[in-house]
Amino acid sequence: MATITDIVDGRGICICAGSGGVGKTTTSAALAAGLAIRGKKVAVLTIDPAKRLADSLGLEELGNTPRRVDPTLFDPCGVEMTGELWAMQLDSKATFDELVRKHAPDAETRDRILENRIYRQLSNALAGSQEYMAMEKLFEIHQEGRYDFLVLDTPPSRNALDFLDAPKRLTQFIEGRGMQMFMKPTGFATRVVGRGSSMAMSMLKRVTGLDLLSDLSEFFQAFSGMVDGFRERAKRVSELLGDPATTFVVVCGPQGEPIEEAVYFHRKLVEAQLPVGGVIVNKVHYETEADLTSGEVQADLSELLGDDDLAERVARNFADYQALAERDARNVEHLQRELQPKAVIRIPYLDEDVHDLEALLKIDRYLFASEEQREELAASGAA
Amino acid sequence: MPELLDKRLVFVTGKGGVGKSTISIALGLAAAARGKRTIVCEVGGQETASRVFRRAEIGFHEVEVAENLWAISIDPDQSLREYLLLQLKVRAMRDMLVRSRIFNYLAAATPGLKELVTIGKIWELAQPNRRVKKAEEYDLVIVDAPATGHGIGFLQTPRTFANIARVGPVHNQATELDRFITDHDTTGVAIVSLPEEMPVNESASLEDSLRDEIGMAVDRVYMNAVYPERFSTSDAEQLEDGLDRADGAARAAVRAALSEHRRCRSQREQLQRLKQAVASPVKTLPFIFKPQLDVPSLERLAGALV
Repeated sequence: MATITDIVDGRGICICAGSGGVGKTTTSAALAAGLAIRGKKVAVLTIDPAKRLADSLGLEELGNTPRRVDPTLFDPCGVEMTGELWAMQLDSKATFDELVRKHAPDAETRDRILENRIYRQLSNALAGSQEYMAMEKLFEIHQEGRYDFLVLDTPPSRNALDFLDAPKRLTQFIEGRGMQMFMKPTGFATRVVGRGSSMAMSMLKRVTGLDLLSDLSEFFQAFSGMVDGFRERAKRVSELLGDPATTFVVVCGPQGEPIEEAVYFHRKLVEAQLPVGGVIVNKVHYETEADLTSGEVQADLSELLGDDDLAERVARNFADYQALAERDARNVEHLQRELQPKAVIRIPYLDEDVHDLEALLKIDRYLFASEEQREELAASGAA
Repeated sequence: MPELLDKRLVFVTGKGGVGKSTISIALGLAAAARGKRTIVCEVGGQETASRVFRRAEIGFHEVEVAENLWAISIDPDQSLREYLLLQLKVRAMRDMLVRSRIFNYLAAATPGLKELVTIGKIWELAQPNRRVKKAEEYDLVIVDAPATGHGIGFLQTPRTFANIARVGPVHNQATELDRFITDHDTTGVAIVSLPEEMPVNESASLEDSLRDEIGMAVDRVYMNAVYPERFSTSDAEQLEDGLDRADGAARAAVRAALSEHRRCRSQREQLQRLKQAVASPVKTLPFIFKPQLDVPSLERLAGALV
């Protein structure tokens, strides 16, 4: 069974993907910190870090470029930071603006886009733009080549596939046949305001109103000037995802639905010929080897605690816990069969919320352990 | 202001993975049990209702899943087609437009259009006089809204379009949608949270943005999956004492109890934080110790919702 070290060894980028609410941000941070502790110069690109986790990393005033996390913050936890940990919080609107500045053929086109009302109000709603901007930033930082390793925490979304489709959707938007309509002098723009237009056009006007249609036309026309630059860029960004230096890690929770989503997402990644390293399952209730009936456990507890009432409550709680642990074990087993021989890494359900360095380092201990070591850690109560 | 379930439209929103779908369906069951003709709407291709009620994929149809309870998964493309038919009135004209190249390009590329037509369909479902032919009126429409991040943007779409299209049909309709969802008498919001750091923070900032940026009032915040308080502090001390002497299954059981106690304590802290951070009333919902949520456990949850 592979470990996280096997997954990231020889690679330069790890993309943490998965549906919302499964702990992707925490996992990304723990992975980045773990690699930095082990000597690498690592940058983690995160989308929305928990405030206290961000605070504990000293990230509160972060912009759209990586900042170094103060290595002395790790001292109180008894950990020596031999590498460097850098972190940034992605601002997708600012990234889009940068992209426009970079690819606009001239200042006029640039301003026409940046000042366009539709761009300003809706660029975040552009098909796949948030997801694409995360990749774009990753590509940019990768190009600069200042880090040994990059960890990308993908944007929160219900459908993890949105992320994969993002370059395609943005490229389609840019180079769709429709865009060419806006580039010709006899194209869409003239037909919007011109007379003698087609039936389809007159119906369109009836539905949208002329005013909105002109604005949309202006918006698309402004973009059409950037087709070549954008297309080339999106192609290279897309290639980076399939690069041998890149690995995907799917993050999920132990319940039935998140596991099914992880299985589905893993298949899609494989279909897309993208390199998947493995799956990290967060908040797992580890199973305890117990061959006693619950009545026997309760009798043992009564004797141990000298309190029948407490023993009964402890036994009932244990039965509830075991039911969840059995479910988790079943789900993880199903996942493992699906993924073989790739790694399935189980992170236990910790007693406390992960929002400080100490808790992050607990995750780190499990993340970088072998499967046997993880079992031992869990059995010794190191959660 | 009417109680949550006495409104016509309720958005259930919150961070990803907090249980929005579960609570939307449970709210639907609660309303249906009060005799209200209710529909639960899923967006973005979600199909939780079909799984819970063991149905084939529901899709863009109003399907009765329980007594008084319907479900629909709103597809933006189909919503757009339906909307165009309502606007153009003649099916042949609509079909011609939908087939045209210009239309297809605009429909695919216009930012925010999917969100706008999705909210348009939600609005249509919530009307006393349904626009769709032969459609029946619902007393209550419950929306399992997209996770925040996308969530505020989603609910903001009508206003954004109303601003961009200064005049004309889109302006008028977007203004009507915005007016409807910001009318506290007709539209309610329930935020779902979990007793953990991030969801609590996000619930507080979500409440702020819904109020300040969109003008929607939040009716209540559900603190979901709260553990029962099984052990007191003195119980915990007794358990700590016993832990060293225990072995085997008893030791594992004592450890599970101590974990439970610590989690429970941290949950109470988060509950206090949430109560201080949000202005709306907070209702706690029990953690359901079930490997897989089924209809009976959702019905039990429904009882705790109102």
